[in-house]
Order: sequence, then C-alpha cells, then structure tokens
Amino acid sequence: MEKNDHDDKQGNGYSRRGFMQFIGVGAGVVGASLLSPPLRRPLKAEDVGTIFPASEMVKVRLAVNGTVHAVLVEPRWSLLYVLREIIGMTGTKIGCDRGECGACTVLIDDVPRYSCMTLAVEAENRTITTVEGLMKGEELGPVQTAFVETDAFQCGYCTSGQIMAVEGLLRKVESPSPEEIRLGCSGNLCRCGAYPNIFAAAGKAAQLKSK
Amino acid sequence: MLPKFSYIRPDKLDQAVAQIQAGNAAIHAGGTDLLGCLRERIIKSEKIVSISGLEKLRGVRETVEGGLRIGALTTITGMAEDPLVRKKYPGLAMAASEVASPQLRNQGTLGGNLCQKPRCWYYRGEFHCLRKGGNQCYAIEGENQFHAIFGHDNICVITHPSDTAPVLSALGAKVQVIGPGGGRNIAVADLHVPPRDDVRAETVLDQGEIITHVDIPPPPAGLYTSYRKVRARRSWDFALAGAALALVMDGDRVVRASIVFSGAAPVPWRSREAEQALAGNTLSDDTIDKVCRAATAGAKPLRENRYKVPMFRGMLEEELRKARLQEKA
Ligand SMILES: Cc1cc2nc3c(=O)[nH]c(=O)nc-3n(C[C@@H](O)[C@@H](O)[C@H](O)COP(=O)(O)OP(=O)(O)OC[C@H]3O[C@@H](n4cnc5c(N)ncnc54)[C@H](O)[C@@H]3O)c2cc1C
Ligand code: SF4
Ligand code: FES
Ligand code: FES
Repeated sequence: MEKNDHDDKQGNGYSRRGFMQFIGVGAGVVGASLLSPPLRRPLKAEDVGTIFPASEMVKVRLAVNGTVHAVLVEPRWSLLYVLREIIGMTGTKIGCDRGECGACTVLIDDVPRYSCMTLAVEAENRTITTVEGLMKGEELGPVQTAFVETDAFQCGYCTSGQIMAVEGLLRKVESPSPEEIRLGCSGNLCRCGAYPNIFAAAGKAAQLKSK
Repeated sequence: MLPKFSYIRPDKLDQAVAQIQAGNAAIHAGGTDLLGCLRERIIKSEKIVSISGLEKLRGVRETVEGGLRIGALTTITGMAEDPLVRKKYPGLAMAASEVASPQLRNQGTLGGNLCQKPRCWYYRGEFHCLRKGGNQCYAIEGENQFHAIFGHDNICVITHPSDTAPVLSALGAKVQVIGPGGGRNIAVADLHVPPRDDVRAETVLDQGEIITHVDIPPPPAGLYTSYRKVRARRSWDFALAGAALALVMDGDRVVRASIVFSGAAPVPWRSREAEQALAGNTLSDDTIDKVCRAATAGAKPLRENRYKVPMFRGMLEEELRKARLQEKA
C-alpha cells in the first residue's frame, strides 16, 4: 500500500502535478498557508480525538488506488474536490454535487459511495478506488472493457460513475441477476438513456471477471 | 463549496458528548443530509463533530428478550441486508431498501435517517420561512403538491422524510440517547415534533444529545410487518405516500394493528382511525374498505395535493390485501 507514497518519495507532501493544480485552484488560501508554519498534522489529543481547525489546512493521507497521497485539505472539502483538484485525478466526474446523479461514484472500502457527499477528512484511513484504479497497467480492466464492448455510453459523462457502481456490485455479488444489476445501477443517472446497454455491460463484466 | 467549519472526530462516546455540547456544534454521522444542510445554510454550525469513528455504535445484535438493538451508525444498507432484521421485521428491511439510492444507503446511517431535516423546497431554497425563523409558510399558498395532508394544522406543511421512522414507530421501537445530563430513552413515536408544538424543531433531542441505539421489542407471535412507498422514480425520491404496517394476527383475525404513514404529515403519521377500524376484525373486503375510508377521513389536503387522498386509500387497500394473502399462505 505505501510503496508509492508520494509523501516519502518527495518529502513535501505532494506529487508535482497535484501541487501545481493545488496552486491553480486556491492560490489565495495556499499562499497564506505556505507562509505560515510547517504543514500541520491533525492534532491527536487524548481527551478529544482528531481535530481539524476551520481556518487551517491539515495534512491527511488518502489511500487512492493503492497509492497513499498526503494532501493538505480544508475540513469542508469533499473527497470529489480533493480527488480532482488536489490530487489531479479527473476520471471521477462532477455532476450535481448534491448526491442526486452518481457521476462522482467511487469505492470506499470496496463499497460505492458518492464522493461529492463525502468529506475528504472522512475518507482518511479508508481504501479509495476510482475509475483510474481499475486499469490493469495500460490495459482496460474487465468492467471498462465490458462497457466499451457493449457500447454502454453515448456522451460518456455518467460512464465512470456507472463503471464504479458496477465494479462495486461485482465485488459484492459475483454473478448478479438482472434485478440485482438494475438495483446496483439505480444510483447512477444517465441523461442519454443508455441504460439497456449499461445493464448488458454489467452482465458482460461479470463474465469477464470470472474468467 | 461548503462554508468553513472546524472538524472533530472523537474516538470515544463521552468525548463526542462533550464536544457536541460545547459551542454550536452539529453531528456528522454519514453526512448525506448534513452536507446539503450546511451548503444551503439550513444548519449554520462552525463546528462539526463526526461520530463516524465510534465503532461501538455500528451493527445489529439480538437482545436477550429476542428483540434487536441497532446501533445508530449502522448504515441503511446494513439494516436492509441484515439477516436478523429481515427475519424478525421484514417491513424494516423493506423500508431501508427503499431509502434514497444504493450509494446513499451505503453511507447514510439509521441515526441520521431519523434526525434528517425536511425536504420542503422553500425550506431548502432561499425562503426564510416559518421553520427557519421567518413569519410565514410559503408552501401553504404556494407549490404544495408534495406536502402534507395530515397533522399540519395549517402551520407548516412538510412531510417527514424518513422511510425507516414509520416502521420503527409501528414496531414500538425506542431510541437510546446520551447527552450531557446522562442517558434516556424516547419512543420513536414521540421523537418527532409536530408544528403545533414547535415549528422550529424536528426532534425532541436537546443540543448535545446523541442517539446511540434503537431498540426494537421482540416480535410477538403472529407479527406481520410491511412497508410500501409510492414515489415518482425508483431512486432518490422521497415518499409521495407510504405506509408501515405492524399487525399482530391470530389466524385471519387482526388482534393488534399499527399503521404509520410516510409522505403524509410533518411527523411519521400514526393513523389511529385506521388502526381502530382494523383491530379485532378479519381482513375481509368489507373491513379493508372501512379501514381505508377511516384512514383518510380526517385528511386536510392542500390545493395541489388532493391526489394524495385517493393515493393513500388505494395504497393501503393493496397493502392490506397483501397482508391477507400472506396470512392465507
Ligand atoms: C438525494 C437524496 C435522497 C434521499 N432520499 C431519501 C429517501 O428516499 N428516504 C429517506 O428516508 N431519506 C432519504 N435521504 C436522506 C438521507 O440523508 C438519510 O436517509 C440518511 O439516512 C441520513 O443519514 P446520515 O448518517 O448520512 O445523516 P447525517 O447527514 O450525518 O445527519 C443527518 C442529521 O441527523 C443528525 N444526526 C445524525 N446522527 C445522529 C445521532 N446518532 N444522534 C443525533 N443526531 C444525529 C445530524 O446532526 C444531522 O442533522 C436522501 C438524501 C439525499 C441527499
Ligand atoms: S412547509 Fe414548513 S418548511 Fe416548508 S415553507 Fe412552510 S414552514 Fe417552511
Ligand atoms: S456529483 Fe455526486 S451524485 Fe452527482
Ligand atoms: S452516456 Fe451520456 S449521461 Fe450516460
């Protein structure tokens, strides 16, 4: 898990790319915190637990796709925001930002969740999987392959969320029934109405996975 | 972007109680309702106390008496899939599996489900209505097709959003609460506040009180439970009309009946009229008809939600027929 720890490798808590994006996004806030004393770890007080003050950015370690990223976050930042804007992984999409579309679906400890409705600080010490994490090296993973082969998208905007919902379903149920597939995908809207092919892709993915 | 807040995640329950008491703190369980409320400035807390690290509040276990104790942090999925819940109170598992969407069920908790804020669009939008401390209810004269037909007293016409509360109320469950003044338990049926008592409050909990568990009494012999939710889309939508049944049957006779509606009133709505019409009778066509008429006799629909009256009647009829079939089988 820690073998690619950006923190250890680069010593400053950022991948270069993440850092540049960070500057790009919230320059005002970042400027201030770079001038102030060294990055703070969350305080661990015996009598209180973990504390993140409102006005400060705190370093959290997020395990995303097998790599631990040490990132500076504000407590109010969603996991979606941190994945895209701080870590620089833009495979996870932002749709409604209010729990009503599923575009931002990721797996947390193998379970599909909306990253827009999850605070990044809540994802500390958990295992996060995004669509980028389903790649097998340079090759597509089985669920991704199934989506391509069954033409399970039109505009593609909902696709990474759909793929993560199906991945989560298949991690729980090896060969889901059509009803289980429908339910498993019911938290993901597709404005293009590609549902029949998405359901077909889920069935195909189950076959590919079991090979 | 959410407004700024400090964030504290205690490791122990007593720390959490102390932290929530201090300052204007809000509790974060799964966060699926809280984050929206913070964004929309419905909850204006600068301090969030996350109880998600309190592992002892998670999970379902059987009590010595044969009931269930469900931790407040148990996810909605956890309840829907729990074998003991499914066996003892299938209606509760049905209700849990009808909440929101799979992702929200994986994250949302039982405690949060019971304490969530209402979904009235004026309230969630920019209107400073009665419930937010203003001086008028915008829904009474406005867009009210999804609002209440019972128990609103023309004060605030929200419908209570929870799908699990009606079943728990019908089952006679109690929430266990811990707060600065110690512990207490409250019947789920008494947890929510009708507008005539206090239009600003959703629950009777005091600042600093945390629900730790929900205790459900052992199922009596002959218990039949069910939950039905009528809604526009299969995912996300809240109930237009819903009903939780907990019937104690002796052969085909209903000995005791609890009927609690969702999508009906500002609180989970116990239909005493329907219960009285049903108790002691067999589930004949005639009884079912009387029960359904009794259930909606006192309805006070608003301009745009008259459709709910026949909807409740029709839905209840179907649910009682299902109960009859089940008993015959
Ligand atoms: C798009 C959408 C659709 C939804 N659809 C449905 C639906 O169909 N049916 C339904 O029932 N719900 C629905 N919900 C509401 C959903 O948020 C809840 O069902 C969920 O269970 C809330 O749990 P949580 O742990 O995420 O709560 P949180 O957001 O963490 O908390 C909600 C509230 O309860 C308080 N609270 C939480 N835990 C405790 C505790 N242990 N003690 C005291 N107070 C506590 C918090 O302070 C907060 O005010 C929907 C939500 C969204 C965003
Ligand atoms: S129904 Fe209640 S929440 Fe909605 S506008 Fe009226 S007072 Fe406000
Ligand atoms: S962006 Fe998260 S559910 Fe729509
Ligand atoms: S493919 Fe366009 S939204 Fe699904």
